[in-house]
Amino acid sequence: MKTVSAENLVKTYDKGAVKALDDLSLDVAEGTVLSVLGPNGAGKTTTVRILATLLKPDSGSAHVAGIDVIKHPDKVREIIGLSGQYAAVDETLTGWDNLVMFGRLYHLGRQKSIDRANELLERFSLTESARRPIKTYSGGMRRRLDLAASLIVQPKVLFLDEPTTGLDPRGRMEMWGVIEELVTGGVTVLLTTQYLEEADQLADEIAVIDRGTVIARGTSDALKSQVGGERLEITTENQDLAKVQEIIAYVSGSPTHLDGRTVSAPVTNGSSALIQALRALDEASIHPLDIALKRPSLDDVFLSLTGHVAEETVAEPVKKGRGGRK
Amino acid sequence: MKHLLSDSIVITKRQVLQLARIPELLIFSTIQPVMFVLLFRFVFGGSISTGQPGGYVQLLMPGIFVQTVAFTLAATASGLAQDMEKGLIDRFRSLPISRGAVVIGRTFGDALLNILVLAVMAAAGFAVGWRPTSGFMRVSLGFLFLFAFGYALSWIGIYVGLVVRDARVVQNVGFLVTFPMTFLSNAFAPTTGMPRALQYVAEWNPVSSMVAACRQLFGLKNEFGATASSWPSQHPLETSLLYMILLMVIFIPLSVRKYANTSQ
Repeated sequence: MKTVSAENLVKTYDKGAVKALDDLSLDVAEGTVLSVLGPNGAGKTTTVRILATLLKPDSGSAHVAGIDVIKHPDKVREIIGLSGQYAAVDETLTGWDNLVMFGRLYHLGRQKSIDRANELLERFSLTESARRPIKTYSGGMRRRLDLAASLIVQPKVLFLDEPTTGLDPRGRMEMWGVIEELVTGGVTVLLTTQYLEEADQLADEIAVIDRGTVIARGTSDALKSQVGGERLEITTENQDLAKVQEIIAYVSGSPTHLDGRTVSAPVTNGSSALIQALRALDEASIHPLDIALKRPSLDDVFLSLTGHVAEETVAEPVKKGRGGRK
Repeated sequence: MKHLLSDSIVITKRQVLQLARIPELLIFSTIQPVMFVLLFRFVFGGSISTGQPGGYVQLLMPGIFVQTVAFTLAATASGLAQDMEKGLIDRFRSLPISRGAVVIGRTFGDALLNILVLAVMAAAGFAVGWRPTSGFMRVSLGFLFLFAFGYALSWIGIYVGLVVRDARVVQNVGFLVTFPMTFLSNAFAPTTGMPRALQYVAEWNPVSSMVAACRQLFGLKNEFGATASSWPSQHPLETSLLYMILLMVIFIPLSVRKYANTSQ
């Protein structure tokens, strides 16, 4: 049983003029992290909004923990947490005010709401700023508070829509740490991102989406080997190039590629090829400037799957954060 | 459904907290009506003569009361639109709370603000010579009418906020609705001076019947009412009540449904 599943979702905006989702299907196994990776306008946010009961698809179905999100949205809302691209909290109120309010809205009762707020503030290192209005928070602090708000009642499923977009590197690292910790706690996570390294870092599985449909899915490793295996790359002084090419060709059993002073070739059993190459070079008294076993990056994956790079900005059909219109 | 009231109150509390965290908000929402009282009293008060004992201020105060509660429509709308822009409404909609609680809670919050604003204005009016003569019960009933009218109008504000969605645009829409609505009435000047066509508009304007109703409840005869013997000017209390009921019957279900379906 998959904890989250979406089958053949179709969603169009502006009376069919813009197709946001075009027969999109995906699922997430219990206790795992699925990263939905794609450029702006690929349909990431629309997918999350449908799964989180904020939006109804034109056709298709979706279930969270076995509950139909279209037929029983209220039941789904009791077991999910949602954290968006921007901090969806009341900025004029303090962090503490916000968390207590959300606790009350989850019907926790007064004292329990207060206890939970204090607990979450502590856990997300926000205790010191608890009594300050959110307006005064840094971007990273806001996101953490927003995430805390989605964890008031331990959700079964957490939807994180671009949790680090717009954060500085430090804020991003902090968020990653927090998310990794949550995952250890066993929550099922569907996370959207346009950052390949984020998917790489956090996800068990990655679904690459483009133009409203899933074009590839698998683990980060599987996706990378789908594009091609490892390559052995050696950079040396100019005078040794011919000899290096000869050694690499022998070790890899494949034709080599020369780029400047770097010789490379695809290899099948990466680490032993690396050792072999090093020995051979050493015997020939060649001291390489750099030697590496390169795996294709997710950038390469994305490029080879879609024909365009991931960060490319496609005109967003719908203004961010407002969803569609009707 | 069982949490409708308690959820709404949590949302209302949030608005009260906002006022506590930003006292400037509270100060400015009461300064404006007080300013209107003073301006109208001292700028126009001297040049508009009435047959009323106590002068223009007696006629003016009901007008300003009604205008002020009507203006809160724009505040309701822009507050809601702002929450939509910030994504807060999305978060509320992802929570297991009663349908309607978010909008109902906001109307409660704005109603509380209206009570406060009306109290401050009554004090300001008293300070510049306003003296209702009808006795405690009828004056209280007048304020109850004002409060209820403000509440009914806030539902228009909710609907406008949900439909327009852009807080800055909503501000302008709010002014476009409330300004003509309050001035095309008997609130500040007799309707008899208006062109014939506008007189009809003014006569059937809910603001006019509310102002006339308040004047009646505060112990005045409604001099600024139309001279015509139209039903609303003959029966301001009944007309006002009908308008309030009509507004709520139309806009409450419309707004709750719009909220539930927003961005679908």
